[in-house]
This record gives sequence, C-alpha cells and structure tokens, in this order.
Amino acid sequence: MSSILNALMDIVGEDYASDRYEELFTYSKDLGTSEPQWPEYVVAPKRVEEVQKIVYLANKEKVAIVPLGGGLTLAGLALPLKGGIIIDMKRMDQIIEVNEQARYIVVEGGISHGAITAYLHKQHPHLMHSEPGAPPAATVAGNIAIHGQGDLAHPYGFNTDMINGLEVVLPTGEIARFGSCAVGSGWYTMHPLPDLGFFLGWNGTTGIITKVSLRLFPYKKIREMDVFSVIDEELVPEILYELSHLGLSEDLITTSAAIPPMMNRIHNTSIIIAGDYEEEIEFKRHMIFDVTLAKYIHSGVGGIGAVSMERARPTISKSADWKKGGGFEYVGSIMPVSSYPECYRRGAEISEKHDIPYTVLGRVIGCCHAMMFSWFYAFNRADPETVRHAREALHETDEMVMEINGTIWKPAVFGQKLMMDRMDRTTLQLMKKVKDLLDPNGIMNPGNWEVK
Amino acid sequence: MNLDEYKYKDLIHRCFRCGYCKFPTHWDDVTNCPSYARFRMESYSNGGRLWLIYAWLTGEIPWSEHLTQILYTCTSCKSCVEKCPLSFNEDIVNMTVAAKAAMVEMGRLPNLVKKFFQNVQLYGNPYGIDAQKRSDWMNGMPVESYGGQEYLYYVGCEGAYDTRAQKAARATAQLLIDGGVSFGVLGNEELCDGNEVDMMGEEALLENLATRNIQQFSDLGVKNIITLSPHAYNVFKNKYPEFGGHFNVYHSTQIFADLVKAGRLSLPDKSGARITFHDPCFLGRWNDEYTAPRKVIKAVKGADFIEMDRSKKGALCCGGGGGNFYTDFLGGSEESPARIRVREARDAKADILAVACPNCLTMLEDAAKAEGLDDQLKVMDIAEIFCQV
Amino acid sequence: MYKLNFNEEMCFACKTQDCLVRCQHLDIDQNTARAEMEKIINGEDSFVLHDCVTCYACEEYCPHGNHPFYLIVQRQDELGISPLPEPLVKRGIQTGIPFRGEPEISEIKGTALNMGVFSNLMDHVQGKLFEGLPIMSHDPRKMFHYFCQLMYLHYGKTSLINERLVNILETIAAHKATELIQFHDECYGTYTSYAPAFGIEVPFKSIHLFDYLYHKLLELKDDIKPLNFKVAYQRPCSSRLSPDMHPYVGKIFDLIGVEQVKREYVDENALCCGATILGQKKEGSRRYCVEIQKKNIEDMKKAGAEICVFNCPACMQTLGMPVSKNGIMPLFMSDLCRLAIGEKIA
Repeated sequence: MSSILNALMDIVGEDYASDRYEELFTYSKDLGTSEPQWPEYVVAPKRVEEVQKIVYLANKEKVAIVPLGGGLTLAGLALPLKGGIIIDMKRMDQIIEVNEQARYIVVEGGISHGAITAYLHKQHPHLMHSEPGAPPAATVAGNIAIHGQGDLAHPYGFNTDMINGLEVVLPTGEIARFGSCAVGSGWYTMHPLPDLGFFLGWNGTTGIITKVSLRLFPYKKIREMDVFSVIDEELVPEILYELSHLGLSEDLITTSAAIPPMMNRIHNTSIIIAGDYEEEIEFKRHMIFDVTLAKYIHSGVGGIGAVSMERARPTISKSADWKKGGGFEYVGSIMPVSSYPECYRRGAEISEKHDIPYTVLGRVIGCCHAMMFSWFYAFNRADPETVRHAREALHETDEMVMEINGTIWKPAVFGQKLMMDRMDRTTLQLMKKVKDLLDPNGIMNPGNWEVK
Repeated sequence: MNLDEYKYKDLIHRCFRCGYCKFPTHWDDVTNCPSYARFRMESYSNGGRLWLIYAWLTGEIPWSEHLTQILYTCTSCKSCVEKCPLSFNEDIVNMTVAAKAAMVEMGRLPNLVKKFFQNVQLYGNPYGIDAQKRSDWMNGMPVESYGGQEYLYYVGCEGAYDTRAQKAARATAQLLIDGGVSFGVLGNEELCDGNEVDMMGEEALLENLATRNIQQFSDLGVKNIITLSPHAYNVFKNKYPEFGGHFNVYHSTQIFADLVKAGRLSLPDKSGARITFHDPCFLGRWNDEYTAPRKVIKAVKGADFIEMDRSKKGALCCGGGGGNFYTDFLGGSEESPARIRVREARDAKADILAVACPNCLTMLEDAAKAEGLDDQLKVMDIAEIFCQV
Repeated sequence: MYKLNFNEEMCFACKTQDCLVRCQHLDIDQNTARAEMEKIINGEDSFVLHDCVTCYACEEYCPHGNHPFYLIVQRQDELGISPLPEPLVKRGIQTGIPFRGEPEISEIKGTALNMGVFSNLMDHVQGKLFEGLPIMSHDPRKMFHYFCQLMYLHYGKTSLINERLVNILETIAAHKATELIQFHDECYGTYTSYAPAFGIEVPFKSIHLFDYLYHKLLELKDDIKPLNFKVAYQRPCSSRLSPDMHPYVGKIFDLIGVEQVKREYVDENALCCGATILGQKKEGSRRYCVEIQKKNIEDMKKAGAEICVFNCPACMQTLGMPVSKNGIMPLFMSDLCRLAIGEKIA
C-alpha cells in the first residue's frame, strides 16, 4: 500500500480512502462527453480538519487534489486532469444553523440541495432556498463553485448572489472565513467587509468550500407554474422584459424543443408564481395574463399554454434519454435576454447538423439583467459516434457563444480556453497572480482555469 | 459473460448517474441506498454499480474480488427504484441481481457468498447447521406438523436457526394458536425458501429449492402459506409461480391484522409506550404491503404509534438483504445501515422498534446494542409485542 | 374531400333557432340567431364564428339533429377564423403527431376497449368490470396512432380532423375488432356522430363506456353494495354529440346507489369545464373561464355533492384539483363503479 493511501486512511479512516481500481474507475468518469481522467486516490472526509490534513498532505507530496460535490457539472470540471486525489465532499453534509428571522441557513459544503429542501420543508415551512436546475443530489459547494443558478433566479440572481458567508480551506491548508462570520458575529452577511471573492465560480481551483451560509426566502403555501406560448422567437425578449417589469413571478424560464412535437418551434415561457392565498394567486394570474400579456393573446400571437400546473422539479436525466442512450451534455451561457432569438436559431442549426433533436432553455437571471441560455445535446453512451457528434456540437456551440458576445457558463476546458483567449490581458494576469498566491504548488484542480 | 448475453444489455448504459437513486421518497438525504450510506463512495451507489457492471460486461474493466464485493453489498432493498425517474426504473435493482448471476456463472465470488451457497446446498440453510435441528425453535410448543390444516406456517431459515429470530418464530406460532388459526409446520422437513439465493444471483440453486419446496407443498396438499419472513413471502408469491408453484401466500402480519379486526386476539396493554415500525423491504417496496403491520401495531392498547423520518416506500433498509445478514459486507461501522436506522428510531423518541422480519430483527437488535441503545430501545417483532414465549 | 351533411333548408325552416338562442355563452335573440345562421350557412363571416367558446352544446340543442356546431367549425376553418391564438393551434396540431414508433398491430376478435389517446389511464380500467377485455392503445408511446382527432373542433380545424382520421381509422381497423368500447366519449362522438355527418365510413361498431359499464354492472349486480354518496356529474363537451347516451349516467347512479344532487348546471344546462375557453383569443376569456368554473363548483357545493364524477380526462385535468380543493372528491365514472362492487381503486 502506498504511503499516500496510508496517510489518507490515517486521516479519514480505512473505509473512506481508496486506490482500488473500481473506485478510481468510477471517479474517472464524468456524466457528459469528457474522456475519462483517472485519479490515483479517492478520499471522503467528514470534518473540516480532515480536509485540512488532506490539503497539507497534498502540498507535502506535491500531488493534485480535486474537490468533488454531486459530480453533476457534465463539463468534466471535477475530473482529475492531472491525476492526484479526488476529495468526495459529500460526507460533509451537516446543517449547522438556521436563523428563521434573519432568513439564512449555514451548511457544510457537501450537503445535497435535496436534503436542504426536505429539511426546510419539515422544520421551517415558511422558508426556501434556491435549489439549482439540477438533480437534487447537486451539492451546495459544488454549485457555487460553478456560479450555478436555479429557483428564484429571476428576483435574486445567481446562487452565488445569495450567499451570506463562506468557510474555505485554502490551497495551503489554512481555514479562512468570509463575511460577518469572519468577525465572529454570525453568518448573516458577506458585506460590508473588503471583497475577497476568490472562491465563487473558480471550479475549486482556489480552495475547498467547507461551509456556506445561504440566504433563505419566503416560501409561500401555494406555488404554480403557468405557461405562455409564442411561435415567433423575436417576441420572447419583450415578453420576458414585460413580465420582469411586472415583477410578480418567482421564475421565468423559456424553453423550446424538437421533441415532443408539441414543443417543436414553439417557445413556452414558464412563469412560476406563488402566494399564501388563492386570491393572491388569482391576482397574479390576472395581472400577468389579463393585463400584461393580453395584447399578445388578443392579436393571436401568444397564448396561455397552461395555468395552475404543479411546478415540477427538473428531471433532466429523463430528457437525456431521448436517444435511449442515457447521455447528454449542454453548453450553458450567460447572455443578455435580447439574445434569445439568435441563441435559439443558431442552436437549432447546430443540432440539426449533428442529427440531435434540439432542446434549448433560457432562464431569466435577475430583473432581466441576464439570461442563462443553454443548448442540450443528447447522445447514446453505447454509441461512440453519437458521443462524438455531441462533443462536436458542444464545441461549435462554445464557439458560437463567443461569436455572439456571450459568456460561457461553467465552461469545460475547451470553453475555458476560448474565454481566456478573449479575456482582457490585465484581468487574465490578475487571475494568474491570485492563483499563484493562493496555490503556490499548483495542486488545486490543476488544468481548470489555468492561465499559461 | 459479455454484454450480448446480459439480460439488460439494451438498458444498462442508459443510467445517467443523476443520483436520484440515493434518496428516500421525501429527499431527506442521499443515504437511502444502504451500501452508499455505509461506504459513501460513488462506486457503491446504484448508479456507480450500474456503470461498473456495464464497464465489466464490455471489457473496459476486469473482474476483481472488490468488484464482486461492491455488487454483493447491494441488499436488493429496491429503494433505488422508487426515485429513479427513468422509464426502466423497475429494472435497476434487477440489473445488479443479473450481474451477480453472471458472476455466479463464472464461479468467481467472495468467499462468504460461496459459503452461503454451499451451506444452503448441503444443509438447506445458510448457517450450515444440521437440518435435524431445524425444528428446535418450537421445542415445548404445541405446534402441529402440517397435515392438511388450513395453513402451512413456513418459518424460514432465520426463524428456525437464529436464536433471536427463534423467539419471533415462537411468538408468531403462539399468536396463530391464540387466534384459533388452523396451521401446521414442516419441522425438520422445511427447506430454505431461496429468496436470498435468488437475490444473490444463484439461479440454478433457486430452481432446485423452489422445485423441491413446491413438490413438498403439493404432496402435502398445501394451499395457503403463512410466512414469518417477508423474504419467503416474496419468493413464494412472486417467483414460485414461474416454477409452477401457485399458493395463497400471506405474511404473518396480514393474518394478524385479520385476527385483530375479528377480535380474535387479546390486545396487549403497553401504556405509555412509543412504538415505531421499520418497514421490511420485501413486504413494503417489493410487495406494497404497508398497511397490515401498522394496523396490528395500532391495535396495541395505550401505546403511541410514531413514524420514523423515513418510512414506507422511503424506509431505509436494515442492510440485511441480499444475503448481507450473513456476509455482513455492510457491517462494522457507525454508518452501517442498521445502526443509522436505530439512531433514527431513537431520534423519533421510540422505545419500541417494531419489526416484521426476522432479518431486520437480528440486524437492528445487534445495531441497538452496538449503539448502546439497548436499554432505551427494544427491538421486537410485532408478534412479540403481543406475546412472548 | 369529405362534405358535411348539413340540411340548410331544415335550418332555414327552423322555428326555434335553439342552437344559438339556447347558447349558454352568447346572448343571442331569435332574430339575430336566424340572421347569423344564415350568414354562416352562406359562408359569410359572423360574430358567432369569433365568439363561439366551442362547447359543442348546440349540437344537442338543435331540435332537428342537424349539425350546427360542425358547420360553425367548418366555417371557422374555411374563413381562417380561429378561436385560439396561433401558438396554441400549432401546439395542438403538433400534439397529435405520433413520434415514438409505429404501433404493434395485433388481431382482436370481437369486442375490445379502445383507450384512444389516454393509454396512461389504464389504472382506471381495471378489475372485474374490465376483466378479459382486450385493450387497444394500451401503450402511451403509441397512443397518438389512436387519437380520434375530435379535439380539433376546438381549434377550428375540421379539415385536419378529416385528413388525419383516415389513418387513424386504418390503424384501428387493422386490429380487426368488430366492436369497440370507447374509453373516451370524444372517440364515441367521432365514430358515431362526426364521421357519419361527414360521410366518413367507420368499419366497426362503437359502444359508449357508460352503456358498457351499466350492462356490466347489471351482470355483477350481486356484488354491488350501494355507495350512498351524493354525487355531481361533470358533463363533457363531447357528450353533446351523443345525448342518447347521457341517460346512462342516471341509470348507473341508480344502480350503484348514489344520489345525483339536484343542481342548476346539469344535463342540457351543464357547464363546460372551461379548459378550452381559458386560452381563447376573445377578450376576457380567461376571466370568463374562471367565472364559469367557480359557478360550476359553487353549484356542486351548494347541492351538497361529496363526489364529482368525471367522464372526460381533460375535464378531470382541468377541474379535478379545484373540486378537490373545495372538499369534493374527483373520480372517474369507472372508478366509482369499481368502488360499488367493492374493489379498491388506484
């Protein structure tokens, strides 16, 4: 047995460190189209001190470490590009504190979003957090390491805009806290201290997020999804603009897909509304459909696709299976909402070229300040040719995003390079300096956001 | 075996590994898969297992002892099926069973699994205890041999041999007597039911056991069977018809529920007790019976019935299924499923953890001891709440 | 091209104009009704073509068995007047496109149950009432091959119905069943009212689900234990195409011992569930839909209904939750019947 494995077992116990082939195989695979990347060790710590010791060990041994949450980025962002140790963070799953009045929850970074939702539902039924548009196994730290977004993105922005405090194990092993928790006065704000935001959206290349304080929001008793449909994609931005002006929805998401046929070439905007009383809900429906959107309905270019639908959690693995192959990957981008029509048209073209039924989605972030627009490419895991097509479509989409002045969200290495090639040189150098300063041995998830 | 010979060759690669399979019905935590709860590495989750199986069948990874062990940590509890959003979710547990069968065919198995099969073959039970001792559980009890009574009471290997489970077998027999049920037993002639053998992939041995049992039952004119174990209930009800055995099969709690309803049992007084119930996988998820055991428990006088956080379709398995009560691949840790489960019963402030399965009984009672909870949490078969013999 | 068999002379000679005068949704006096029907017959525009909520009721109100509603829809189609906005029409049209392979055609001898486009509702056709009955369209992936298309009467699209019905009939005929019990009475209406009205040949006999249930319940009479519930019945638009089958509702209720509550919106005065009105172009449609749904449910409540019995899955989808929120249990007729013979329902 290697000395590193021995040391890891000393830290976390025998059961939670492995260099066996089967574990390494499992962690070498991403769910998307990325080629396997093999780690040398896998370790699953339970406490922050264990994480700290693992980081000290990695620095001493000059071996790479890659923190892993739910493993659901699909873009291979937690694959060990340069070998080393995968740190599976999901045993760090404790809920530490909920402050009902101040509306925040402090959790360990490896907790799943599903577990937080279930806990709040049971213990604090008036509160909710933003569950990302991912399976419930997605973890809190993993999600903010990639600037995720999800529920309540329309009023409140990215999930990383909803953070009140952080604890991070730095690449050199020290434990640092950010926000009011850094001065020992609770976990209720990230401000007004000087901004040291070097951890959100860095894909775990600048540290391992071990604790997070998440903002909580009012959870209303009744929640429903209404749908507004148009054929002309050019109408989507103005409809979203008007709905965001009205400001009554929890979320605004427009989708279109070739399959099932009822979605084909139609743009359905899901409008999530909530209320504590039926009257509140009916008032919102009235303002949305009878007032704000009435002109589209009467002129016949827009229609109420549905009302009072249950807001279903996304089960993307289901839509991933259209090709009966259980695989898909998507390019996400952050775009102005006005780009919706072009994003849709260009995406549908790329899909057609690769014989993949198109699926696109645009989620409003903030008060129409931006949109996360994504293009989904399904493939059959058992058919390398379809995997190749999906990979090519993804790369072409990355390039297209750059071409139409978008930014790629959670880019894979290919997309990261495209972004860094275009990035302001001073900014790029600053990224490098920050990285060198924080991670002198270059051990943290190397290969990601790597400035040459 | 290669992929082409594998029963689920057109399905297995379609697992996305989205992780839904780790959750209970209400999303409480990612630990409702017993083997993932125990080891917390992706390779032990159902998705991880399916990806490993596919890689093995396509030759991407070689066979290894550790691979078989990962497969045999699956207790076939079927929790993964409940939350899997895909159209073939019913089969995701069977995919692991089929892979175990492929390993049985190769003859390359963990030693404890081999031993399990050998014991069943040689002695008719996994413990390797003499078949002549099978009827020891009923020593001193006025239990008749089966000879045309209305029901055959099938005790099963755990109830017959495990000293703790024997008490449940006795209490069950006594309750049937008290309720005036006409029944008999097979005594030393009883043979392993084969449910675990089936879940462990030994198809030929299952066929052998099923055929012999069916022959014996038929020769004796058995029409109705009461089982102590939900495992036996499952295999008699769902597998034996494939081998030509068609019987009316009841789990003991279903009979008890009828007896309670008919007023044929005297109801125990447990004033002040807080009773919770652990759903056995082969009664609940495999056979959708959640009501009968609860009806019986709720008939107990003076006691409060409380549900644990995870119950019914979302119940956490005790970790004993798929032969794990014998192989104990999931044991030895605070995170062994049985220990997590008894802590959950403690958190529900229960003082009696009622069970309806001899496997769960032994697994959970051992766990309560290991957790130091045996003073405050009694693990009891439902029959034992009514009478102790 | 199929031609609607509409007797213009009979309509001109009509003394009541009940088709429009009795319309629950448009306020039309007899003179206006006559004038507007004349325009419609002559292929001219009429406000009726724009304001019709497509509830089908005029098919029943017509005292002559003429087909005023089919005529209205045909004119909407010819004049390009759609009651619904374009995206909903497009979506509706595309909904009916089969996209998950061809159906497996197995030969069925005699009578079968046709699930039409509701293959995912098989839970509601279980137990003794349906025992031994071969099922057509049991696979949700293939159900659009059995879609009767009549839904497009709400879309102003008789031409689409006529165009697609040919293939649907071919698929169904390939099974060689001689008699089909239609799970959805929209299918029943298609094959017994719409198709004959347009001269479309139907190569099988249709049995209404309620007709079937009633007679099956008679066979199982010994198993029936009166349910003693107070029930309201939500009459669907398609039942206006087969008013001769409507009496089975009362007959079934009598047989299973439930009391149909006395209410205002019942039988010919039944209110539409509102599903199609919700999205119509006409100003105020959504509010009007909310209003009639409220009126309908309040009426059920006032009458003391404990259960609302549904025939149509679309009505169930639209009104199931609202009635349930008002303390009334929504149930399909088939499930109610199953309860009466002591069976458990899903």
